[in-house]
Amino acid sequence: MSSFPGGRAASIPLMGHETEPTIFELSVPGRTAYQLRTTGVPATPLTDLVPSAHLATAPVALAEVNERDLVGHFTRLSHRQFSVDLGAYPLGSCTMKYNPKFCDAVANDTGWNSVHPGVPASLCQGWLALMVMLEEQLCQVTGMAAATLQPSAGAAGELTGLLLMRAYHQANGDVRKRILIPDSAHGTNPASVTLGGYDVTTIPSNDRGLVDLEALKAALGPDVAGIMLTNPNTVGLFEEDIVEIAAAVHEVGGLLYYDGANLNAILGAVRPGDMGFDVVHMNLHKTFATPHGGGGPGAGPVAVSQRLVEFLPGPKAAKNYDGTYEWRTPPRSIGRVHGWHGNALVLARALAYINVHGGDGLTRVAQHAVLNANWLKHRLRDTLPAAYDRPCMHEAVLTASGLKSEYGVRGLDVAKALLEEGFHSPTVYFPLIVDEALMFEPTETESLQTLESLAQSIERIAARAVTDPERLRQAPQTTPVSRVDEARAARQLVSTEDAANRG
Amino acid sequence: MADYLPHTPDEVAAMLEFLGLDSLDQLFAHIPASVRLSAGLDMAPGMTEPDVAAVFASLTAMNRGQSTQLTCFAGAGAYDHEVPPVVRALGSRSEFVTAYTPYQPEVAQGVLQAIFEYQTMVSRLSGLPIANASIYDGATSLVEAVNMAGGATGRSKMLVSAGVHPNWRAVVKTFAFGTGHDIVEVPLKDGVTDWASVDATGAAAVVSAYPNFLGVLEDQSAAKALAVANDALFVVAGDPVAAGVLKTAGDWGADVYVGEGQPFGTALSFGGPYLGLFACTEAQIRRLPGRIVGETVDSNGRRAFVTTLRAREQDIRREKATSNICSNQTLMAVTAAIQLGYLGTQGLADVATRCAQGAHYLFDQLIQIPGVRALSTQPFFREFGLRLPVAADQVLSAMADEGILGGIALSSLVGESDSALEGDTTNVMIVAVTERRTRDEIDRYVAVLGKVLS
Repeated sequence: MSSFPGGRAASIPLMGHETEPTIFELSVPGRTAYQLRTTGVPATPLTDLVPSAHLATAPVALAEVNERDLVGHFTRLSHRQFSVDLGAYPLGSCTMKYNPKFCDAVANDTGWNSVHPGVPASLCQGWLALMVMLEEQLCQVTGMAAATLQPSAGAAGELTGLLLMRAYHQANGDVRKRILIPDSAHGTNPASVTLGGYDVTTIPSNDRGLVDLEALKAALGPDVAGIMLTNPNTVGLFEEDIVEIAAAVHEVGGLLYYDGANLNAILGAVRPGDMGFDVVHMNLHKTFATPHGGGGPGAGPVAVSQRLVEFLPGPKAAKNYDGTYEWRTPPRSIGRVHGWHGNALVLARALAYINVHGGDGLTRVAQHAVLNANWLKHRLRDTLPAAYDRPCMHEAVLTASGLKSEYGVRGLDVAKALLEEGFHSPTVYFPLIVDEALMFEPTETESLQTLESLAQSIERIAARAVTDPERLRQAPQTTPVSRVDEARAARQLVSTEDAANRG
Repeated sequence: MADYLPHTPDEVAAMLEFLGLDSLDQLFAHIPASVRLSAGLDMAPGMTEPDVAAVFASLTAMNRGQSTQLTCFAGAGAYDHEVPPVVRALGSRSEFVTAYTPYQPEVAQGVLQAIFEYQTMVSRLSGLPIANASIYDGATSLVEAVNMAGGATGRSKMLVSAGVHPNWRAVVKTFAFGTGHDIVEVPLKDGVTDWASVDATGAAAVVSAYPNFLGVLEDQSAAKALAVANDALFVVAGDPVAAGVLKTAGDWGADVYVGEGQPFGTALSFGGPYLGLFACTEAQIRRLPGRIVGETVDSNGRRAFVTTLRAREQDIRREKATSNICSNQTLMAVTAAIQLGYLGTQGLADVATRCAQGAHYLFDQLIQIPGVRALSTQPFFREFGLRLPVAADQVLSAMADEGILGGIALSSLVGESDSALEGDTTNVMIVAVTERRTRDEIDRYVAVLGKVLS
């Protein structure tokens, strides 16, 4: 293959290696950019409206720049930032697929984004209809009975789900104390469990990278509220014993929680509800392509089986017999988990994405995501072997343990060197159970040529590990900054301009 | 049959052959047959983008409450501020929009530096030295503040003023179901928190609002004194726009500031995604929820930014983490930094002042209307409560027919009674004015309300 369309960003024309001043360093006292509407409202002095005891002696000091400075500054900052639109972003567990511009257009439509969240239901029927439609679609995808759209992100969904489980057990007069979590789980899982008022019992993985079924059974008991699982798990493998796991947990009266971070792998192939899960959160910013915004916003709707429906957060949108929509709160609702109705514009983007794909398109999404991951895993089998030599799902966890032991080149060095090649790094050192883990999730939107290019880059890096390992340990050098001193950042915290002592 | 897949049929065939497979279906062969979806998803087939756009247009037509069509006087934590084209243009740059969390700082300096600038701005607005990189929304910022107080004191009793937004109070109560925190609501009297009405012994947090949900500017000294007397954290939930000219939370002695950052460049958006502001004293830094960006240098000695104090976070501390937050609202934080960069010192002060001027100009006229009473005799800033002679939701409906979104019916948020108020809430309306409202629009509001009530 001579050309590599799509995913490689090594062509970005950066103009230099100087740092960008902060907006405060660009500030010139008295310079302004803002323009406000001419209102004609009487300009009564503030001191006549507000008791002086409440007024500051001087306005809060912000940067003072004009519009041209502002545009220059933030445009230059944007040029110091990698993104999906620039190139392939095979960051495992994060599902960094292409985000269709059509969905941006939906979110930018004033028909959606200019609606105040507190208007009466009669003035936001379109929004309520959208929420009802999205809930139905998400329930279809997951095989669940109903959903809440309020949680703002995956972790918020996890905690919401755990509180639903708690409410369910409590309603049954059942005091339960523990949640089981595999040792390969995302860190949000145990953190959410603690906030949900439960203790964590960690279940080891077996040598196949799956939950150790015997260890799981040994940990079960009448005090177990449930288990949190990701399936496929964080090693990218499908938990093939899921039916038996579900039966065992249900047998002791526990519930099954599905961490939907990896839902992209199974769309149209298998549904959490059919596997026996009772609660599912979805990361709309992963599976349903809402862009991640440099760390957020996301949205983490939670779908549940029939026995948990009455506990869902409220109010939630519902359709009346006459075709109108209203807000309803489930009878034994745990209450609100969001200040309003959830990250509404993220929900609108997700519905647009789902409608474009339909059931057939979503199925193709998962098929091609799994195809790409398996292809990459197989293509790299002699360079970076898989942590577990089995068919993977949407992501492949490879290991650099060989490079480390033979040449002293760590997984982190490989990840950093990939940046010089024009690719974003894979996830490194996660899951924790794999030595020198490099977790690649190419997603379905990268082409075969991009995957081949990525593989060739990794081969070049592996070859360099033999000839010039020191250069890899110094990588990257072509990026806006080279490796940063993280220890110094933590030792002497400078988290604001005021702490920086620019002098 | 629409999708965004690049694969040609020949390429799929070649990739499958490379894997020794005959079909895409075989990729899923190791999933137990008993749970496989044999017939696919029971969902409508895909549509093209223009077809979906047509469906969505029919839905948006059902949103009569668009602020492009109704003149917006609704507030209650979500405000119709100007978002200038330059802020929208910069905030929608795809480098910011389509990036993930800045795990690789070498290629994420754009987002990291923008967050550093945002943290500086939030720190100054709150008058507190430490600000994080954002929480989901104001309500969840308050939940995190309450959790921080629980961690700092080892106690669980949280005194929360009923002047805090009712939805925020509801969210705090929901999450207390898991943490076991005892949420004690402190009622209002003439719009001001009656701190003396509750037993504060053993309190971990004293949570006050500034201005409060009814718009009232409460003197924060009483709440601060109560916090000090009980060795509790003093948490101020503040309007960040008003903060441009009012005393900061830090000035009032707060340990923690939380706020809703939507007014800084984010459209009303039917309530989300918004922006949870969070700032605190240095004493609380080890319990700070979420990410924080710090300045450092790279291996060549150049200034660089990186997420720091990571040892607090869930991916490292797991069940001992101070918070479970991972995804946050970075894009809204970046947009807020852009908006505050656009406004600058004088711009934010002007916006805050104009909000107050418009609100008072409207209030002074409305209380002249027979049957309309102020909810409180206390000073307010940009928002105020009114008690009407009839049900507020009916009044708002009638005003909407005249092209005005007249406010928020309190009963729509809290039902027919609330500890925030003495008496029935049915006739109570909360009205807000932003810098966008003109004198003509305000005068028209007065005329329409008069007509509706006559």
